[in-house]
Amino acid sequence: MAQSTPSARPNQLFRNLNSKIASIPMIFVALVIFLGGSIWTIVYSFTNSRLLPRANFVGFDQYERLWASSRWIISIQNLAIYGILSLIFSLVVGFVLAALMDQKIRFENVFRTIFLYPFALSFIVTGLVWQWILNPDFGIQGIVRSLGWETFEFNPIYDADIVIYGILIAGLWQGTGLVMCLMLAGLRGIDEDIWKAARVDGIPMWRTYIFIVIPMMRPVFITTLVIIGAGIVKLYDLVVAQTSGGPGNASEVPAKYVYDYMFQAQNLGQGFAASTMMLVTVAIIIIPWAYLEFGGRKRG
Amino acid sequence: MRIRAFAAVMAATVALPCIVQAADLEVTHWWTSGGEAAAVKELANAFNATGNKWVDGAIAGSGSTARPIMISRITGGDPMGATQFNHGRQAEELVQSGLMRDLTEVAEKGKWKDVIKPASLLDSCTYEGKIYCAPVNIHSWQWLWVSNAAFEKAGVPAPKDWNEFVAAGPKLREAGIQPLAIGSQAFQVNGLFDTLVITVGGKELYEKVYKDKDEEAAAGPEMAKVFAAAVQARELARGNNVQDWNQATNLVITGKAGGQIMGDWAQGEFQQAGQTAGKEYSCLAGLGLNEVLTTGGDAIYFPLLKDEAKAKAQEALAETIVDPKVQVAFNLKKGSVPIRSDIDMAAANDCMKKGIDIIAKGGTATSVDQLLSTDSMKQKEDLMSEFFAKASMTPEAAQERFAEIIGSAD
Repeated sequence: MAQSTPSARPNQLFRNLNSKIASIPMIFVALVIFLGGSIWTIVYSFTNSRLLPRANFVGFDQYERLWASSRWIISIQNLAIYGILSLIFSLVVGFVLAALMDQKIRFENVFRTIFLYPFALSFIVTGLVWQWILNPDFGIQGIVRSLGWETFEFNPIYDADIVIYGILIAGLWQGTGLVMCLMLAGLRGIDEDIWKAARVDGIPMWRTYIFIVIPMMRPVFITTLVIIGAGIVKLYDLVVAQTSGGPGNASEVPAKYVYDYMFQAQNLGQGFAASTMMLVTVAIIIIPWAYLEFGGRKRG
Repeated sequence: MRIRAFAAVMAATVALPCIVQAADLEVTHWWTSGGEAAAVKELANAFNATGNKWVDGAIAGSGSTARPIMISRITGGDPMGATQFNHGRQAEELVQSGLMRDLTEVAEKGKWKDVIKPASLLDSCTYEGKIYCAPVNIHSWQWLWVSNAAFEKAGVPAPKDWNEFVAAGPKLREAGIQPLAIGSQAFQVNGLFDTLVITVGGKELYEKVYKDKDEEAAAGPEMAKVFAAAVQARELARGNNVQDWNQATNLVITGKAGGQIMGDWAQGEFQQAGQTAGKEYSCLAGLGLNEVLTTGGDAIYFPLLKDEAKAKAQEALAETIVDPKVQVAFNLKKGSVPIRSDIDMAAANDCMKKGIDIIAKGGTATSVDQLLSTDSMKQKEDLMSEFFAKASMTPEAAQERFAEIIGSAD
């Protein structure tokens, strides 16, 4: 009988067995779906798969074509502009709003709800709302013109040079509320005594914020950064709803390139190559940062 | 006795469905504009009359929105009963990997080989000698739809060809009319460009570029003329802010735009609005320059199903589609040309008759959908939507990239 054999030493593998069993599904998902899926995608990006995956390897052909395609270059540029500006603006605006809310104002709950409300809307709804607001005939431009400023021009959606800023506005409107809430939570976590001490020392409020409070809020900033960063890389539905990549292909983004080539053009190989490039870009940014952030702590 | 009769009735209710073998068949398609929906209704009614039931699976947007949904349902193991694709190579790989149903028996019974004209339609359905789809209609891109009211308002006579239309452009603009209506969907600019290739450039150039994939011809001086015409079209189209093709057609119907280059499916919209060809609007086949029509259009494909009853219903639908009466009813509503020449289309209006006439005379060319793979089409679409949206892009730069795409096309 199996249970009668006594084990000489408690097996390392069976320690804390319950929690190990509980985490098996998650480990399985992570390995098979995330890691396995990524590896499969990378491998098939070196094939000439069309509608269905085929293991017919063609080397770097798909990547050469990808980087020669002007639509991909435009997509990357757009993502860079959108990414950098949305990172800066949502952090700055979010923090300023949070700092203002932190001044023990009246109706704080009301304001917080108003600012956070856009975040409850999906990107599709956000995109459609801003498509109308920025529509030259019915939106802001139309209203200002009907008030008497006949030559007023504000038409980002149909102007290829500035269309990405039209998307940026919608993205900020949707996302800043969340950043504000995260920052507000961080500010509330700062000990009252620090403020008192700063006041006793006669340090002006803005300096207290910049030199004392912000460095103390480092973990909150990192969380926020990760959330904003993930939102930037996966930018897709906002563009589809607001401009569908137009005018022409002036507001294309990498995620849309991946979808269009995988499904509309029935060219899986090209889509896989593009998604692999997205993964590589993220890895280039994340790995050194993660190394500094987590590797450093272990040594110290 | 009574009990026996009752038992017989009961037995009949159980047995009857087995005899008729009626089934619900979901048909997915992207026929959603007014004229298209009216045509689908004809087809659905005819199919319902066979005792089966048409379950409508319309997908809004355009073909490029609908096709990925259809394909992922078929490859994902949740196939519909039947689905629309365009004539050509959109379902090529699905057929190759055995996901589609062989219709050869139905085709032989209905003598499709003899009745379906032109033969290129059935060729597109054929893979390794077997037939995999039922052609529904013939559509051609090479039409210029002109609003007579708009030209009257601008004080210019209605144009007889593309060159006159271009010349009238500035006058139209002065009168506050958008000269050329076009929506911002990529397939529209792409189709407009291909129309210019075959009308301004000619059939020979068209075949050299798209059939033989001749990179030299695509970079040559003949093609440069086409790009020069495309620049003119871009200038005339400046100021459009509609999305869908039928919204653009609506601008022509209401006289807000001078004209639109669009396939003959636009015809259905004019008909829905109660307008008559030659009175409120005119149509110029081949833009009035070159009377050649490409024979693209739609076909219905049937995914391979395990369910016997549904498979029978698929056969019934395939037969219904090619049926002469259905062909007349469907195509009159849709504004397209029927796939068989042995039927009476006397009820057709002048524009359709012109189209039928040109096709009967043999003024046909194979459509680009049938010649280029979807991948090459997409690259071309990307280029054209960039070229038409960006006024600063020179025709030389666009032609250079066009030649590259043709050089690597398959």
